[in-house]
Amino acid sequence: MASSPLCLLLFFFSLFFGHGFVPLEASHKVFLHLQNQSPSSLKTHQPYRTGYHFQPPKNWMNGPMIYKGLYHFFYQYNPKGAVWGNIVWAHSTSTDLVNWTPHKHAISPSQPADINGCWSGSTTILPDGKPVILYTGIDPQNNQVQNMAVPKNLSDPFLLEWTKLPQNPLMEPTSTNNINASSFRDPTTAWKGADGRWRTIVGSKVNRKGIAILYRSKDFIHWTKAQHPLHSAKKTGMWECPDFYPVAINGLNGVDTSSIGKNLKYVLKLSLDDTKHDYYTVGSYNRVKDSYVPDKGSVDNDSGLRYDYGKFYASKTFFDDAKKRRILWGWINESSSVEHDIEKGWSGVQAIPRNVLLDKSGKQLLQWPIKEIEKLRANAVHVSSRQLKGGSMVEVTGVTASQADVEVSFKISDFKKAEALDPSWSNPQLLCSQKGASVKGGLGPFGLKVLASKGMEEYTAVFFRVFKGQTKYEVLMCSDQSRSSLDNDNDKTTYGAFLDVDPVHEKLSLRSLIDHSIVESFGGGGKVCITARVYPTLAIDGEAHLYGFNKGTESVEITTLSAWSMKKAKIN
Amino acid sequence: MRSSIFLVCVMCLSLTQIQISMADLVDDTCKQTPNNDLCVSTLHADPRSATADVAGLAIIVVDAIKAKATATVAQINTLLGSSPDPKTKNGLDSCLKKYSNAILNADIPSALEALQKNNPKFAEQGTNDAANEANSCERSFAGGASPISSFNKSVTDLSNVASAIIKLLL
Repeated sequence: MASSPLCLLLFFFSLFFGHGFVPLEASHKVFLHLQNQSPSSLKTHQPYRTGYHFQPPKNWMNGPMIYKGLYHFFYQYNPKGAVWGNIVWAHSTSTDLVNWTPHKHAISPSQPADINGCWSGSTTILPDGKPVILYTGIDPQNNQVQNMAVPKNLSDPFLLEWTKLPQNPLMEPTSTNNINASSFRDPTTAWKGADGRWRTIVGSKVNRKGIAILYRSKDFIHWTKAQHPLHSAKKTGMWECPDFYPVAINGLNGVDTSSIGKNLKYVLKLSLDDTKHDYYTVGSYNRVKDSYVPDKGSVDNDSGLRYDYGKFYASKTFFDDAKKRRILWGWINESSSVEHDIEKGWSGVQAIPRNVLLDKSGKQLLQWPIKEIEKLRANAVHVSSRQLKGGSMVEVTGVTASQADVEVSFKISDFKKAEALDPSWSNPQLLCSQKGASVKGGLGPFGLKVLASKGMEEYTAVFFRVFKGQTKYEVLMCSDQSRSSLDNDNDKTTYGAFLDVDPVHEKLSLRSLIDHSIVESFGGGGKVCITARVYPTLAIDGEAHLYGFNKGTESVEITTLSAWSMKKAKIN
Repeated sequence: MRSSIFLVCVMCLSLTQIQISMADLVDDTCKQTPNNDLCVSTLHADPRSATADVAGLAIIVVDAIKAKATATVAQINTLLGSSPDPKTKNGLDSCLKKYSNAILNADIPSALEALQKNNPKFAEQGTNDAANEANSCERSFAGGASPISSFNKSVTDLSNVASAIIKLLL
């Protein structure tokens, strides 16, 4: 293919400045016309508003609750401002989990049991297909209680109106049940046991011990607190947004929350109030004792496995009965100052929904963006079998770098330059902070620089470093935000995690979904996920660039790289 | 007669115990903040601290941030009214937005609601942001010549104390 003048120009520039830029052959050489922001009530230029992530037109959002069929998304929303407060349940629907239609608020304070707030909860689909919502209300004494709401009109596919039970609250702290009235919230999707009774868990704590309080019911209205919690863990603090669900061993599909069977493991996820991390364990559910036991070797606290090693909280899964998959939503809050949030008029986005499966090792989960998001891909750019020499960079042109999807796969042939991993380097986030993208290494850092300005004053780097461990090679994956913006009012914390992949026998894969102020990265096919929020001042819209880079000593091979512009979705 | 005197004595002792316990709570709590002296003096200056639980103590400190931020806004407006040079004016304008819009209109109300309703991480978010806004304000004067350093320092210090108290609730 003939190179366009634009590509040639880039080539000459790179020779002149000696950066070793090499233009990649692109199937389309022109920059996509950058889509305008859709009209909204926000008047100012909106460089950080996402093109394809779920967010409301303005103000604050968090917390997912969903119902399937027509996909519903209920979320915690503050209609009055860009910080938390005045929380109600906002509501949107979708046929494809990509494009969303907003509706009126589903639940707002209206009865004593929720007069001071309608907080998080979950939907459960009853055997007859009817959805019910269990949610936390704040009562007139500011106690946390659990309430129920049902659709007013089941023949309305949009389920616009919800009726609250006059019996609310159905679960509440009393003088005899020892429940901490200020730490009792976020009821889960309920599951039916073999005895026909429903179970749900509510997050709580006793001093610093996090607990999942278990309730049982025959009719879904009268709930009895069980003697023991489903599970607890010392020194973890308050457990928020608990999520408890089965996963199939060696399964390719998700499993209904009430499934009973031999080929299942269970996952208990907790959102830790203290650290703002969502951690999980994989284990077994003892149906006789109604208790959950994490598998031996599990780390049952903040140092354990996380859905995401960056910004990702208050997450929740639901079982998509139509496509037989378990889908994960997660709230990504801002890393900008509140003043910036007020100026831009909004705060909070949702991660792209992820398909959740148990890894074949049985020891962790795998997550991958839902396939539907790929319909937004356009203007594909493909590269294969390209050496990335130590100290080099390659620009990926032909896609809208501020709104893109990139998948890259690296192969390492020569490991002799890998640095030794000091056994004391056990904290991957700290290691990534100390050895950021600008720190030269033996084998790595290599990966992507996204939302990069032309002169590299700003960039966000997502990359790997390979170390020689005691018995095998260890792979560190980092998302380095330290140079993401010249504006120092933002939180530019770097994130990292070790990736359980054998670089000798396997390729190192990385996918990044880039959308103006959010970068969601997936390493090893979804073994490690890291989401970051960034606010470049230069690398905005048409001025954003995308590069592959290798600042290690050793060369690595890009076996394949594919990049797409992402079209704008219709979001609210 | 003797029994009623005895009863009164027991009650006095009990009340004294409660007072000591509450004073202990202030001391125990403040020891876990980065500025024990500021914490203690701020709490003791407010009569509510005698009977407050930890969330209540946090509310007192948040109220103190609010008072200091309000005073800072007044000072900024006074300085703006005295024809400052362009660099100072830029800084003051930037600070006014941070204090009025972010700290007073968003961070404080959000933190207070979160503490009253027992969702402390959102209160922590508010007080952390208040400290960041004050820092950012201090940095917004070119050449480091801030005319409101003492105000920014007070707000930062109080916010750090509040954040530390709130962390005990998580």
